[in-house]
Amino acid sequence: MAWKDLLVERRSKETLNALLFFSLALLLVFQFALGPDRERLAAVLPGLLWLGFILSGVLGLGRSFLVERENDCWEGLLLTPGDKSAIYLGKLAGSLALMLVVEALVLALFVLFFNVDLGPALPGLALVIVLGTLGVAAVGTLFAAMTAQVRARELLFPVLLLPVLVPVLLGTVKVTEALLLREPLAGVAHWLKLLVAADVVYLTIGLLTFDVILEG
Amino acid sequence: MVAAESLIRVAGLARVFGAQRVLDGVDLDVAAGEAVALLGPNGAGKTTLLKIVATLLRPTRGRATVAGHDCVREAEAVRALLGVIAHGTHVYEDLTARENLVFWARLAGRPADRPTLAGALADVDLERHADARVRTFSAGMRRRLALARLGLAQPRVLLLDEPFAGLDQRARKWLEGRLEAFKADGGALLMATHSFGRELGIADRIAILAGGRVALDTPRAGLGAEDVQRLYVAHTEDGS
Amino acid sequence: MSTALGWLAAVGLAAGLVMGFGVAPREVTQGNVQRIMYLHVPAVWVAYLAFAVGVAGSIAYLAGRRPGADRLAHAACEVGTVFLGVNIATGAIWGKPTWGTWWTWDARLTSVAVVFVMFVAYLLLRQAIEDRERAARYAAVLSIVAALNIPLVHFSVYWWRTLHQPPSLLKPGSSTMPPEIVAALLVNFAALALLGAYFVTRRARLLAAEEEALA
Repeated sequence: MAWKDLLVERRSKETLNALLFFSLALLLVFQFALGPDRERLAAVLPGLLWLGFILSGVLGLGRSFLVERENDCWEGLLLTPGDKSAIYLGKLAGSLALMLVVEALVLALFVLFFNVDLGPALPGLALVIVLGTLGVAAVGTLFAAMTAQVRARELLFPVLLLPVLVPVLLGTVKVTEALLLREPLAGVAHWLKLLVAADVVYLTIGLLTFDVILEG
Repeated sequence: MVAAESLIRVAGLARVFGAQRVLDGVDLDVAAGEAVALLGPNGAGKTTLLKIVATLLRPTRGRATVAGHDCVREAEAVRALLGVIAHGTHVYEDLTARENLVFWARLAGRPADRPTLAGALADVDLERHADARVRTFSAGMRRRLALARLGLAQPRVLLLDEPFAGLDQRARKWLEGRLEAFKADGGALLMATHSFGRELGIADRIAILAGGRVALDTPRAGLGAEDVQRLYVAHTEDGS
Repeated sequence: MSTALGWLAAVGLAAGLVMGFGVAPREVTQGNVQRIMYLHVPAVWVAYLAFAVGVAGSIAYLAGRRPGADRLAHAACEVGTVFLGVNIATGAIWGKPTWGTWWTWDARLTSVAVVFVMFVAYLLLRQAIEDRERAARYAAVLSIVAALNIPLVHFSVYWWRTLHQPPSLLKPGSSTMPPEIVAALLVNFAALALLGAYFVTRRARLLAAEEEALA
């Protein structure tokens, strides 16, 4: 499933290109909105970074089930015998890979544009990005499947997703903040545990309820 | 009415969409080795009936079973026996013909080795286009690719919604041959169609859906296209 | 049964008023303003109770697919959202004279606001889907996600920021409140719970009538 989605994406490059340019535009907007004051920028950087990740994630995830609508493939998925949670995991893996690629590039752009020195924070940052993105993708994949067949889809999807993501957003921002200030990870261990808990909860619900969503 | 085992059994089936009562107590059996053609005007519920048997929709009332498995409670067991050709071809535009077959075969846990795939593609005359993207295919080629997918699955029960739409003479003939062979192997076939002509040749019985019910269920043998036309008009347009 | 619940709720509310304005003492520092607590605090308890019923209904629906379970879930989540709205509104009215502001981003305010938005989204989702059966399935899944997310929201927001006085009744150690206040809170809780139950039964019946009219 993930293989298929990534192959389709490699062929069309639709989503990846759009997301990259969207992120680039976001960076510019952030810069204009905040002005050149470097101090202020440093203080809000973790929040901005995750806002960028989540917004581009929302855009990308919202499209992830569009490909299943062409030629009624959705119906084909449902008709295929076997465990539907495999489809969920495949979709999730495909979206996760795409989001991580975009996030890595956005991070590089942040370093470039805002002159941040990541250096030793990088391994910790990678950890929190994977944990946070997994949570976003896990619940996002479920909701994207839900809203794919609904009118006002592009409105409803973020309305459903964003409030649910509050814990993930808070956790990732706090950990990123600590990392950029070179604080030890032990100080934010409770946040990391919260992120893991969120990932586990979202993944479990996704696996258990995906067949209910797919049903039609 | 037929002594053979009933592979598809539909009893008292009703389905309501919002304020609309599409099916209102449908009873229909299809035995092993038998083909039934569903006729009826647009909106009579042919597609809805097929979707319920295909486990894509839940009935509001009544039940449908395939080989004794309930289409709601034992949907997975039903899906393992089914082959479906619906309006959508279930192919991805940005994948090649071969990749499409590989994807669906693997998803269903079926083998997808090269010779099997090549055979399936050759069957529908697509071997020369195996590595071309579906985006470049004509409507007929897409239908044929969908048929190739069906060929890989080896179902016991076929549900076909307008199976001959968009096929050229050659593909049509091939499909007819495949359906006859499928029947001879003891498969059950339920097919929705608008045609009164030669497509009905495959059918052993004709069922006309009107007013949410089966208005007529009759053996086809001995009925010509005009007879079917006459029956159709009598049962759909005189207010039944 | 619904009518009986309605009368019980009316009696309960009358008793609650007597308790809140008569029996409970005037608070020393805040004065009479503090009496809004007898609506504010029970409202949030009833809201969470309603969400619990809603999730139970949702799970029951997914398991058995009986429309009755879905109607219960729908009604309970709707009533819970209304009660949470009452809680937020009374909180703002209480906050203005005591904290000097309608709203602050303190932990409990924020987490209640997030929960409120999640369940408003639930109602929006229901509204956006025409097919009743599909709306029921999707909404059930959403309510399960929202409910399991509540603890995560609470912890994260609590760690993020906290200003609020500690939870008033269920906190470790002995309660510091005089027994009259506790009694007034509990009577009002019972009254609002009865009122909530009455609303849920009426709403569920209305939903059933709607479905029948459409079928």
